[in-house]
Amino acid sequence: MLEFLIRRAAISVVTLVVISLIVFTGVRMIPGDPARVMAGAEADAAGIEEIRAKYGLNDPIPVQYLRWAALALQGDLGRSIRTRDPVLKTVAQKLPITVELACLSVLLAIAIAIPAGVLAAVRRNTAWDVVASAASLGGVSIPNFWLGIMLILFFSVRLGWLPASGFVPVWEDPLANLRRMLMPAFVLGTALAAVLMRQTRNSMIEVLSADYIRTARAKGLAGWVVVFRHAIRNGLIPVVTILGLQMGALMSGAVVTEQIFVVPGFGRLVVEAVFTRDYPLVQGVVLITASSYVLINLAVDASYSLLNPRIRIKGAAGGP
Amino acid sequence: MLRRPASVAGLAVVLVFVALAVGAPWIARTDPVQTDWSKVRKAPTLAHPFGTDDLGRDNFSRVVWGSRISMQAGVFSILLAMAIGVPVGLVAGYYRGGLDQLVMRLTDAWLAFPFLILAIGLVTIMGPSLTNATLAIGLGATPTYIRLTRALTLSTKEEDYVLAARALGAGDGRLMRRHVFPNIFSALLVQATVSVPTAIIAEAILSFLGLGVQPPTPSWGTMLNAAQQFLESAPWMAYWPGLAIFSLALSFNLAGDGLRDLLDPRDY
Repeated sequence: MLEFLIRRAAISVVTLVVISLIVFTGVRMIPGDPARVMAGAEADAAGIEEIRAKYGLNDPIPVQYLRWAALALQGDLGRSIRTRDPVLKTVAQKLPITVELACLSVLLAIAIAIPAGVLAAVRRNTAWDVVASAASLGGVSIPNFWLGIMLILFFSVRLGWLPASGFVPVWEDPLANLRRMLMPAFVLGTALAAVLMRQTRNSMIEVLSADYIRTARAKGLAGWVVVFRHAIRNGLIPVVTILGLQMGALMSGAVVTEQIFVVPGFGRLVVEAVFTRDYPLVQGVVLITASSYVLINLAVDASYSLLNPRIRIKGAAGGP
Repeated sequence: MLRRPASVAGLAVVLVFVALAVGAPWIARTDPVQTDWSKVRKAPTLAHPFGTDDLGRDNFSRVVWGSRISMQAGVFSILLAMAIGVPVGLVAGYYRGGLDQLVMRLTDAWLAFPFLILAIGLVTIMGPSLTNATLAIGLGATPTYIRLTRALTLSTKEEDYVLAARALGAGDGRLMRRHVFPNIFSALLVQATVSVPTAIIAEAILSFLGLGVQPPTPSWGTMLNAAQQFLESAPWMAYWPGLAIFSLALSFNLAGDGLRDLLDPRDY
């Protein structure tokens, strides 16, 4: 297993290097002098000179990349053009809000999708299955920003039950925070729930037709005991992987959801950064997002190999 | 196919949208960008079945013309993804080795950029427009096609008929073009029917955020952006563009399910 994990970690390091190369090249593709681009249009000569010295913009490109990467590894991603605050600090302030939103939506998605998926698999080809499949198809097809607008229209404008926008930090008033997070979390969780439900159903159907399940049934265990004690554990393993792979979609979804519900998180920060041409901020955000995706999926794969002994053994035998 | 009424209905609705996109100038007689200050945010009437927007433009006409933008962005972005992804995946899967490793590591890194973050990065560099949005969506979908084509090529190239053709002296290029590609094409087509609705939603999201189609061009995403400010006074502005995206995406997915069953009879 150790070998598998080391191999997997080595691949992740390579991926991170490629990501940093892509981001570095991307910024160079912006027309104009990189020093002026990174310092902002209103920067004075001193500011531009500071950037030029910091990143050594007169050195050969590979040297520039190494210097930039070394600074990034130390957490120095430059300063926002607009606020002059360090990029890392700005992101660190906004990220907890988006993480809260993402966690709530994942919890909501799991709470809806897994029971529904298991039910659809166990009661296959019944009305339950048809309803679950239709809901899943609808969830994949509905544009989440429109769903958000419709929810605001009904629950805020028409019924006045929930506030349409705004944000209250959880440590100030947890209940008010939850009231404002409920609709965004639902909107963000819909697509994830749809994907998870379909995956849960398919992998449960596969597991339920396995020999050991037939054996468990044959020895007289009740139907639901077999499902809960034997099938779910194996049936949910692929679901964990899907959850990791869906992190990217969740990140994209958060950008849109925060825009609609005016949640002052990471996603709103990104959109504002584009419109203000805040290049260092966009660069930092893109780099951080892609890197965290790689690290999250490394963690998922590691936990996956702990959950499933077959992968552990395969890993020891030279990797899957 | 006929045994799956939902898929047939899906296909029919997709065809209706194709007809709307092609026939927009004849179906929507009102100019979609013509503003009229005497008709600002009017509720639906017979003359304006979907009402008018904040600049007095006819919403029905804008929804119909918007189908052009959505179809264009959805189809062209996926064609772009296939045009890059399929040859690269085919070559990587066929030759394996160092090239394959390089391609795989590149797609690993590529897939780590969430689509919207990738699009935001590209739009920051190149500026917002429909072309750039289509490019961003296409590039975002490319690694999926590289991976899928590679995986399919890996299994197909070991098939007896490919080995037989090789034994008869067919070269690498011919084997890839005439023997491997035609046999993986149906699987790629099924993937495309899943990708197109995702791409259509993606274009709407980009335009909604102001990163795609720019006003006054009618697009479902920009219409919803405008609608958001008038939810209390003109909710109809929000109904139709969203319903159009939803029904088009749903129909594509339904038709795609049917196509998958037709081409790949494995039971799901």
